[in-house]
Formats: sequence, structure tokens, C-alpha cells
Amino acid sequence: MADIAPPRARIASPLTLRLAGLAGLLLALAALWLLQGLGGGNWSFILGLRAQKLTALVTIGASVGVATVLFQTVSGNRILTPSIMGFDALYGLMQVLLVAGLGIVGFAQLPASAKFLTETALMAGVALLLFGTLLRGGARDVARTILTGVILGVLFRAGQGLVSRTLDPNDFAVVQSATFANFGRPRGEVLGIGMMATFAACTAAIWLSPRLDVMALGREKAVTLGLNWGRMVLGVLALVAVLVAVSTALVGPLAFLGLIVAGLAHAAVGRLPGGARHGALLPAAALIGPVLLIGGQWLFERLLGAQATLSVVIEFAGGMMFLALLLKGKIR
Amino acid sequence: MTGITITGLAHAIGAAPILSDISLDLPAGRITALIGPNGAGKSTLLRLIARLEPLQKGRIIINGLDLVQTPSARLALEMAFLGQHMASGTRLRLRELVAFGRWPHCKGRPGPADQAAITQALADFDLAALEHRFLDELSGGQAQRGHLAMTFAQQTPWVLLDEPLNNLDIAHARGLMAHLARARDAGRSVVVVLHDLNHAAAWADHVVAMKAGRVIAAGSPAQVITGPALSALYETDVQVAHHAGRPLVLHHL
Repeated sequence: MADIAPPRARIASPLTLRLAGLAGLLLALAALWLLQGLGGGNWSFILGLRAQKLTALVTIGASVGVATVLFQTVSGNRILTPSIMGFDALYGLMQVLLVAGLGIVGFAQLPASAKFLTETALMAGVALLLFGTLLRGGARDVARTILTGVILGVLFRAGQGLVSRTLDPNDFAVVQSATFANFGRPRGEVLGIGMMATFAACTAAIWLSPRLDVMALGREKAVTLGLNWGRMVLGVLALVAVLVAVSTALVGPLAFLGLIVAGLAHAAVGRLPGGARHGALLPAAALIGPVLLIGGQWLFERLLGAQATLSVVIEFAGGMMFLALLLKGKIR
Repeated sequence: MTGITITGLAHAIGAAPILSDISLDLPAGRITALIGPNGAGKSTLLRLIARLEPLQKGRIIINGLDLVQTPSARLALEMAFLGQHMASGTRLRLRELVAFGRWPHCKGRPGPADQAAITQALADFDLAALEHRFLDELSGGQAQRGHLAMTFAQQTPWVLLDEPLNNLDIAHARGLMAHLARARDAGRSVVVVLHDLNHAAAWADHVVAMKAGRVIAAGSPAQVITGPALSALYETDVQVAHHAGRPLVLHHL
């Protein structure tokens, strides 16, 4: 039987088929999103609006998915996400500090992309300092890592609250609008730069994927195999910081979306031959994130007429999943 | 220049000294066994040689390469290390795990020579039939042999093993020691932390006895594994008989 089978390279592997299937699903959903109910009227205007929102959803989904897979690899843990560890709270804190430092006029006068870049750079710096120290020696103690992350998240949120209270009410309103996730109205002004940043970070992650595979073996094995562990930790954390900055700038904090996406990515390709590799996991996560967001937003916005509900539903489902993973205690 | 040369090595965790003033030569082309009571610093010494902990004081030179100055990727071609904790985060098949041993050579793109080395390592550890199983579908001993196969697939001149007999049944324990002997006969060098003194007595060429962070004795098994020396080392009465020209430790009576 095996002798007469065609060489393996000729036929598409189950992994390639699965990824192609996900890409096809994403394309179908995108087409549905763009074209559904597009009768007469001002169709080019509607199409433009829809395309912008579609781009935003794809960017958010991909950045959250890839950021979570990366973070889970660097922390050696499958129930952590950057948000649980306080990354987006850190972004919120940076934003408030920027408003407090520059004043509302200065803040508003900054071009959106400059604002975004400053916030991202600040956040990457602080993230490297805090989480780099934590993960440099390898995440030996999962409980300690989670606890540290939760405490840091509380600290960042408290810091954000403290600085917010010193702002005058007008400034505060600006900050306030940035702290709730709403897929109905992604902030378009950072879309261009966010898209570019996401694309660059995802490309870098794919390029690093063989090294990420080694990293996933744990610090001891990775060092034995000659990986420069300290440098990899810092590099991966920097990518995570950029990706979280993008999704937080576009829609606001999303605590559990990443957990769902990473979990689904593992379920979709993890058991196929070669599917546990980052060369497969990262594309899967980058496809599943957008599929989930476009599908969900289409359902809530077009069918149920409830624009702002998706984030609530996702957070609820993700929260349940987080609890289930914790209680099952199986995935570490 | 071959061999591992350690000079003036000291290591502390916080205020607690783990190793003090260790100067030691580990000969190439030999099986060296590190023995000693719990907390003697054997594992720490091995982890320092494997560059898993930062060197606080002293120097380690392996085959003429200074541990601190040589890039990690270069050292990965010189030595392979297997520790006691092997849990890995990813769901891997056995063959995929062993394939990682080729990383220092192929950086994730295994060629025919790498595939041959992987197949050989799997066969050496009696794992060929299990190669498509996931790691979490294996018993503790099978997984342990898988990690050993990965370490040997790295095909380095030096192999450092920290208590590799854990989880192994008597047949596979003997099989592993015989494999170490074959590797030595092929010109490789092995440093192994052993708790089972009889495996050290029967298979090692060179024995280093450690206690409280210091090297107490180093030499051939006949020199180091004697009744008085072991009794002092472990602070309990140990008798040593002889069998087939090698010491036989009667520590359980």
C-alpha cells in the first residue's frame, strides 16, 4: 500500500488542506460581509465603509491571535494571554500618561500615527523591563508567573485610575472612550499604521517560527540546543507588545479573545503531523482570529441588530473557557 | 585540546553556597560519574558546565572553548545536556522530539543525514516502533528514553546527563549504560550524575565524589569506590565487595 502511494510532497498534506480551508472560510466570510444586502443606493459608499471595518476586524483578529500564541510560547503556558498578564492595561496606562503629560490639546494635536508609535514604544519598553525579567530564567513556576501578571495588571489599571482622577473632565472623556472594546466602531485613524505594524510583526513571527519551536521545548532544552534564550525572550515580548498595542488602539482591551483564538488554533492544527510547529500554529491563529470576529460581528450587527454586543459575548465565552482550563488543570 | 577544565569555580544561590572552590579536570573519551549525597552540588556543577546557570566565579573550558566567550550555538555542537525535568509545553510526536536534537546542525531544516541520525537514535533506544506516538501517550520510562535519544541525536563530543537512570527499568538502565560505553568506545565523552553506585562502579572510567559543594575525591572506580571512602562520603556504613574485577557496593544491607 505504502509503496504505491504517490510521493508525499506531491499531494497536499492534511495540514496544508486545513490551513487552506481556514483561508477559504475567511475569504467567504469577507465576501459575505462586503456584499450581503448590497442593493442599489449608494453602494460604493457602503462598500468603502464595510471594507474599512473589514480591514480593522482582520487586523485585530490576526494581531490578538498571533500575540497570544507568541506569549504562550515564551511563558511556556497555554492558559495565559497577554491581556491576562496586564499588557493592555499597560497600554491604557501609557495612554493616560500621555494625555496627562501633553495635555488634551497636545494629545489631540499629535498625529494619530505618532501617538500610536509613542504609546507602542513606551509600552514595549516597560513590557521588556517587567516581563523580560520575569521570563528570562525560563517560566519555572507557572503559579508565580500568573500571580505576577495579575498583580501587574491590577497595578497598571490602578495607575490608570489614579492618573485619570487627576485629569480634568474633558481630558478624562477622551481617555474614557478608549477603555471599552466596541467592534462596531473601530478607531479608523490608526488603522493604516496598525495594519502595517501587524503585518510586520506577523512576518517577523513567521520568520522566527523555527526558533519558536525550539523555545517551546522550555529553557533548558532550548539553551542546550544553542538558542540564545535571553535575546529570544526580549524579541518575542517586543512583538507581543506591538501586536497588543495595535488591537488595543483599534478597539480597546480584549481580555479573553486571544485565549479562544489560541485554543481553537491548537484544536484546528495541533494534532496534525507538523501542526504543533509555529509555522502552522501562527498562520492558523492569524486566520481564526479574523474568522471569529467577522463571523461574530456579522451575526450580531446584521442579523441580531446589536452592534456592541460581540465583545461582551466573546469575553463571556472566553472567561468560561479560562475557568474551564484552570479547573481542568490539564493544560499548563 | 580536549577535555573539560574547571578552575576556581564557586556558586551561591542567595547567601547559601552551593559550590565552593572547585578545580577539576574531566578527561575526554571517558565515562565520568559524579556521585555524592543529596545536596552535594552535582546537578549544579553539571548545569554550570551546560551553561544553564550564569557563571558567578571561576572558569570552565570545554574542548578548548571558554564557556563564557563562546557563542551558545557553537557550544551546542560541542555538548548536549539532559536534565531531570523534561516536561515540554508542546504536543510532540516522539520522532519530532528526537528531531530537535538535530537543531544545532540543521536549524530546523533536516536533510537526509539528519533523518538518518534521528532514525539511528530512535533505534538505539529501542523506540523505533513508538516514533509516531505523542509524548503524553508514553510511559515515564519511554519518554525518558525519547529525551535520551534526542540528546544523543545531537551527536556532540560531550554528553552531560543528570540522573538519566530515573524511571528506567533494570533492562533499559543496563541498556543505557551499555550505550554510554559504546559511545565512549566511539570516542565520545560522557559526564553522568548517578545515584546508583553500582552502575557507577560497573561502567564508569572516572569517578568524582562530591560533598557539600566540594570535590572530595576523583579517580578510577577502584580508587574512589572503597568502603571507608563511601562511608565517609555518605556518613553511613557502606561495605564494598568485588565482583568480576569491579567494586560491588553493598549499601542496602
